Amino acid sequence: MSVPPSPTKRRSSRTADLVFEWMARLAAVVTLLLLAAIILALVVGAWPAIREYGLSFLWTSEWDPVQNKYGGLVMIYGTLMTSFVALLIAVPVSFGIALFLTELSPRWLRRPLGVAIELLAAVPSIVYGMWGLLVFGPILATYVQAPLQAAFGDVPYLGALFSGPPVGIGILAAGIILAIMIIPFIASVMRDVFEVTPPMLKESAYALGATTWEVVFRIVLPYTKAGVIGGIMLGLGRALGETMAVTFVIGNFNQLDSLSLFQAANSITSALANEFAEASEGLHQAALIYLGLVLFFITFVVLSLSKLLLSRLQKGEGVRT
Amino acid sequence: MSSAGTNPAQQARLARFRHRKVVNIVAITLSLGAMAFGLFWLTWILFETFRLGLGGLSIALFTEMTPPPNAETGGLANAIFGSLTMVLLATALGTPIGVLAGIYLAEYGAHTRLGKLTGFVNDILLSAPSIVVGLFVYALIVAQVKSFSGWAGVVALALLIIPVVIRTTDNMLKLVPNALREAAYALGSPKWKVIMGITLRAAQAGVVTGVLLAVARVAGETAPLLFTALSNQFWTSDLSQPMASLPVTIFKFAMSPFENWQKLAWAGVLLITLGVLALNILARVLFRNKN
Repeated sequence: MSVPPSPTKRRSSRTADLVFEWMARLAAVVTLLLLAAIILALVVGAWPAIREYGLSFLWTSEWDPVQNKYGGLVMIYGTLMTSFVALLIAVPVSFGIALFLTELSPRWLRRPLGVAIELLAAVPSIVYGMWGLLVFGPILATYVQAPLQAAFGDVPYLGALFSGPPVGIGILAAGIILAIMIIPFIASVMRDVFEVTPPMLKESAYALGATTWEVVFRIVLPYTKAGVIGGIMLGLGRALGETMAVTFVIGNFNQLDSLSLFQAANSITSALANEFAEASEGLHQAALIYLGLVLFFITFVVLSLSKLLLSRLQKGEGVRT
Repeated sequence: MSSAGTNPAQQARLARFRHRKVVNIVAITLSLGAMAFGLFWLTWILFETFRLGLGGLSIALFTEMTPPPNAETGGLANAIFGSLTMVLLATALGTPIGVLAGIYLAEYGAHTRLGKLTGFVNDILLSAPSIVVGLFVYALIVAQVKSFSGWAGVVALALLIIPVVIRTTDNMLKLVPNALREAAYALGSPKWKVIMGITLRAAQAGVVTGVLLAVARVAGETAPLLFTALSNQFWTSDLSQPMASLPVTIFKFAMSPFENWQKLAWAGVLLITLGVLALNILARVLFRNKN
């Protein structure tokens, strides 16, 4: 039998215990404070612009550094519109991918294909940007935008969406590239939540003669709807905050002339990327930080919703319904 | 009783069955199409990156500085060095904080209010726009010392590493079976020894994977460096000076009309893609072998 540790040794180990616990707690508190500090720093930095324009900044479209007049509408519109286009493409595709990975794929293919889709998220955004500007943009202009314009250009209302020069740069290009970038996030959340559906439910439906589609659409999807929406919100949060890929292809055009999808535009992130380092201190810089604050607020709300919906699923969604 | 095809009720049922089968086949086809769609982009992007990047690969890329426009020679040595330095320092700075906070979430605060709140906030920081982190570091450091600097870039990258490391550390520690902890406690180990010697070691592969993925993520980040480290045409190892990095240099070169700059940008894109994909694959292989 070993000798019991001496009292001094035991005390020192209790001190070590306390020190360690407080270090861990401190690290957690630092993370928590980080969020508060980010909000505080943005509000302080944006203060001159907030005082000058108040909330009317959000719906004023004039952005003129020469005359020192700033309104954020063009960038806010660009950010929301590109993200909307991205979701329109990414949600059905991600659903298809998740369906394939959970129900259709042979077991041995699931992992490699899942990893391949996840690698789409690993490709740095600057790579998407450069590829989008120099490779994808010209192809989009020739083979997608020009035919679309030829086909729908004269249709009232719809034609307005496809007006303007088809140069392969603008809201549509940014939306498509954002879609590719957020597909892996949405698809992997969808796949994960589809997998938590109890096999018994699915097997019962199959045993009653339901087809694969009916099982997914009527059993799996209703069971996991909170998680699916959470995944979509996560993708939306990513799309809103994406910088480099958008900066390359959106065209950086500070006017809102038409609602065309081919229109060169600007987003909050690309305005920051292009102008901030050169902005003079004072109102210009404050207005840009104000834009950053708006962006942070929107993504904060979207990501919080996403997190709440996903945690509801973890607590056993579908138990009561 | 009439034969199969003539009974109207049966006919209706057959029609409905056919309809369901058609819907199913359409859905399955679309699902296959979606999968192909995803893989198509990955292949295309990688293919173009290699096609356009391979031409620029040379020894000079690693030995010479970024050139002026339209120069004959030149490489990316200062940008590569800057990226490596900043990413390494950011990892060294962010990992301990991330691991410690992750330990708190999993081992101390799992059921406390602080723990739950931190977990929630961390998940938001995980997906927060990286350019906002750049703005924050600008306000915190650059605006105070009135100079762009490598250190500001390091801090910005570290702030992006921390949430990733916290999330994976927390998740991996929670996977460690409780029996292991109880066994260690029963032998009289203090809690910090249980964590450092038993649970953290059991979760080691997962934590290392998380760190590697975090490094892969920040290695390609451009936005947070734009107004923290800025860029630098020359070689510098002084972190209080503006510092070049691969992504920011690519951004500057790709947007320019100069042919030699664009060529270097493609070579840089290839380097960064290879590095990031290698880190991702390494992380996955490592994690799978340990499990």
